[in-house]
Amino acid sequence: MLHGWVIVATSFAYLGLLFAIAYYADKRADAGQSVIASPYIYSLSLAVYATAWTFYGSVGRAANDGVGFLPIYLGPTLMIALWWIVLRKILRISKRNRITSLADFVASRYGKSALLGGVVTIIAVIGIIPYISLQLKAVSNSFTILVQYPEIVMPAKVAAQPVFADTALWVALILALFTIAFGTRHLDAAEHHQGMVAAIAFESLVKLLAFLAVGAFVTFGIYDGFGDVFARAAADPKLLPLLTPLEGVAGGYASWVWLTILSMLAIMFLPRQFQVAVIENLDERHLKKAIWLFPAYMLAINIFVLPIAFGGRLHFPAGDVDADTFVLTLPMVERKELLALLVFIGGLSAATGMVIVETIALSTMVCNDLVMPVLLRMKRLRLNERPDLTGLLLGIRRGAIILVLLLGYLYFRLAGEAYALVSIGLISFAAVAQFAPAILGGIFWKGGTRRGALAGLLAGFGVWLYTLLLPAFARSGWLPLSLLEHGPFGIELLKPLALFGLAGLDQITHAMLWSMIANVGLYVGVSLAGTQSAEERRQASVFVDVFRYEAGGARFWRGTASARDLYSLLARFIGGAGADAAFAEYARATGTRWPEQEPVVDAEFVHFVETQLAGAIGAASARIMVASVAKEEALTLDEVSELLDEASQVVVYSHKLEQKSRELEAATAELRAANERLKELDRLKDDFMSTVTHELRTPLTSIRAFSEILLADPKVDLAERKKFLGIITRETERLTRLINQVLDLAKIESGRAEWRITRVDLCTTVSDVVTQMSQVFKEKSVALNMRLPPHAVWVDVDEDRLLQVLLNLLSNALKFSPAGSGRVDVDVTAIDGAVRVDVRDNGPGIRPEDQAVIFDKFRQVGDTLTNKPAGTGLGLHISRQIVEHFGGRLWVESRPGEGACFSFTLPVAAAPAAAGETKEVSWPKTSARS
Amino acid sequence: MAENKRKVLIADDEPNIVTALEFLLGRAGYEVRCAANGDEALALIESFAPDLVLIDIMMPGKSGYEVCQRIRERPEWRHVKIVMVSAKGRDAEISKGMSLGADLYVTKPFSTQELIAAVDRLLARPE
Repeated sequence: MLHGWVIVATSFAYLGLLFAIAYYADKRADAGQSVIASPYIYSLSLAVYATAWTFYGSVGRAANDGVGFLPIYLGPTLMIALWWIVLRKILRISKRNRITSLADFVASRYGKSALLGGVVTIIAVIGIIPYISLQLKAVSNSFTILVQYPEIVMPAKVAAQPVFADTALWVALILALFTIAFGTRHLDAAEHHQGMVAAIAFESLVKLLAFLAVGAFVTFGIYDGFGDVFARAAADPKLLPLLTPLEGVAGGYASWVWLTILSMLAIMFLPRQFQVAVIENLDERHLKKAIWLFPAYMLAINIFVLPIAFGGRLHFPAGDVDADTFVLTLPMVERKELLALLVFIGGLSAATGMVIVETIALSTMVCNDLVMPVLLRMKRLRLNERPDLTGLLLGIRRGAIILVLLLGYLYFRLAGEAYALVSIGLISFAAVAQFAPAILGGIFWKGGTRRGALAGLLAGFGVWLYTLLLPAFARSGWLPLSLLEHGPFGIELLKPLALFGLAGLDQITHAMLWSMIANVGLYVGVSLAGTQSAEERRQASVFVDVFRYEAGGARFWRGTASARDLYSLLARFIGGAGADAAFAEYARATGTRWPEQEPVVDAEFVHFVETQLAGAIGAASARIMVASVAKEEALTLDEVSELLDEASQVVVYSHKLEQKSRELEAATAELRAANERLKELDRLKDDFMSTVTHELRTPLTSIRAFSEILLADPKVDLAERKKFLGIITRETERLTRLINQVLDLAKIESGRAEWRITRVDLCTTVSDVVTQMSQVFKEKSVALNMRLPPHAVWVDVDEDRLLQVLLNLLSNALKFSPAGSGRVDVDVTAIDGAVRVDVRDNGPGIRPEDQAVIFDKFRQVGDTLTNKPAGTGLGLHISRQIVEHFGGRLWVESRPGEGACFSFTLPVAAAPAAAGETKEVSWPKTSARS
Repeated sequence: MAENKRKVLIADDEPNIVTALEFLLGRAGYEVRCAANGDEALALIESFAPDLVLIDIMMPGKSGYEVCQRIRERPEWRHVKIVMVSAKGRDAEISKGMSLGADLYVTKPFSTQELIAAVDRLLARPE
């Protein structure tokens, strides 16, 4: 009666029933009346943990390992004790941050890192593929077996069947379509799939019932209760070892421990478990009931495992029937068709439940955390322009579902026969266990960094690949077996099954040990060694301190965005209706009305929109989208950024102040210096005045004194009278000279002097002066020599002034030349563009410290005004002024004891146009200038 | 018969002024010696022991101020009258001279009559 078509029809009917339940639940959910808002439904949905593996594989394992199947169920039971701490925290965090998947959780914790989300997604997909293939194998095998009824024939090796006749492929495709229909009918902002949850809860009931039915049948139908079965098992020498807990388990203690730990982690981190336990959770309070309901379920579904196992062994002592199939073959062999069919449906139920939830969870991750971030980054402009992206998102998810199932099938074909069901399942457990350090660390340790998580995940996953997946392929013939026996390239230490020489452990334990060492080690090490970004730190705090802070808290955000932009952004991903609903909700919460009043775009609002968006596309992608729309000034929102901003403004201001005060100081210093200079000039002026006064008064004193003497006393004798009158005359002259010079200087310095510039032949002037002075030189017996160039040297000068200079220099030379042996040379030399006149004497010379000073006013050789050589001390000063006025230079070169040479230069002019412009030198108009 | 002539020392680096002063004071009946600079003046005070000194301020070497100071440092020369004669006529210079212990400050050019009268006064013997 159990023809193929009967089985198929029943299966489809059952699936149809599931679909109906899901549809109904979804409809009620859309109307706001959720059917699944019950802790019982919640707990039943958690039972999706029990898959075809549980259904078939536990018995299979128990039949070989006795009690050794238990750790897989001990784990969750133990874990549940910790749920109140761990799961509740994860629940709270996820609700508050609108986490949409396992990858989203990890990505969000570590600074909304799209990279991390992608890595987790890839690991999850690869890790779950064996598990999915397990379901496919179970369903197809059970179908194959059932269809042989009443014969008991084991399914032939898979490879023998051509692909298109392979039941498993059809199962995969049908499941894919079914899942698409279930989970991708529309997008929900919070990724709730209420219909799916309802269907799963129903399935949990079905599989429980089926198992209990067959279990009851075997225990009480075939045998006479538990006691009977166990007694018989004990009586069988082959079965006896199975009854002793520890020896029955391969690998002993270590194995038990690791298996328990593995399943503890699996109950948390299998994507489907995360999906139903966290994402689909509607109310945190449901957790309280689940904490005891779920273990009860576990107990119920495991009660009859041992009896069935022993029954199977006892029934099929030859070992030609796979223990995995006992649940099915026992009713078959006892000709219980309906029961067998029920068992098949139960197994189908378990498998479909797992596949649906797992692939929906995986497709969400692939869409939100792997594909969308890449797409958003790549063709960012184009995606921004598309008004509605829901179609794209759904399309990506559907594609992901099909892909995952096909990959599951592929694995099944390539490596499915290498292990028994149980081992395949454990391989997947080991893969998702790699998430544990990053997640558990993430919610309890703020120091966990993105890099640390990334390093740990990649390392752990790498070890997993090497120690578990690789051997599976090797055992199936796709990789050389020598790899397993001798290690890669013959390196024994790197044997996949005995890394670094650690042999003697069963494969899972070995893999877990090494992968956890690598994972945890790198996670902690890299986290400690590195630093966190501001976003990371914030997220760490949000996650770890979730119970400490209520929702909200101060947010800082700077940017420009309009409510309209944010609305259209939201609508693009969750549809116009969804955006409207969200905005309305926000308006209600903030006491405004939508759409009448546009919401104020502040940090709070942006955060709200971002979380809504995260519900559809994940936190990392939502971050990118909001940032691009809002034209934020910094992509990372830091609590401190505003403070820093203020602080930096203050700093800038104080810099400006500093600058101003420095400028002020500089100005003050300048003023002070100017003041000093003015005072100095004033002093100099005073000095000058007092010196001039003194100089004028001195000859006046003599003049007056002698005049008075002569006037008062007529009886002064002639000789004395003559002497006195002579003094008077001479002093008068001196006085006059001085007055003239002072006036001259005053005129020159104030620029009021009259300069009559003509073009003059310097040679003529020089020779005139020499001639003029020759007499007085002769009187002192000082030789006077002159050397002139052969041609005329024309200069543009005031001739009188030039004479003044020459006379001054010559009379000085005469003054300082020793009488008798003195010698003064006057040389006129032409140098290009200029002419130089040197007046050299062989007097005592001038000390270097005096050379600079003699051109100053009233300075004469020796101390100021104390040596009193004849002269006013103004001569050289005036000469220099004159020479410089003509565009020349006047200086002295001298060494003490070697005479002095006064030189001046004048720029040369061209010959005058008319010869009549040369001027004959005449005697100086006024009496001697000195 | 005149008693011991009073002795006057003239210190100035301008020879013409020295000549004039020498003549004036000589004619007024004083014994006159001349110095051309401060050191000479101090040496002559030692040897000549004048009763009055006419000092020019602007002299090479020691200035008139210094000479005045030196004279006043010696208790045995307390009685010597000091007359500063200078072309520098500012108040600051006058008060400096007086504070150094000069008895009189005469600015050049001076009136010969007034100068002689002043010297007579300073050296006046109680009759």
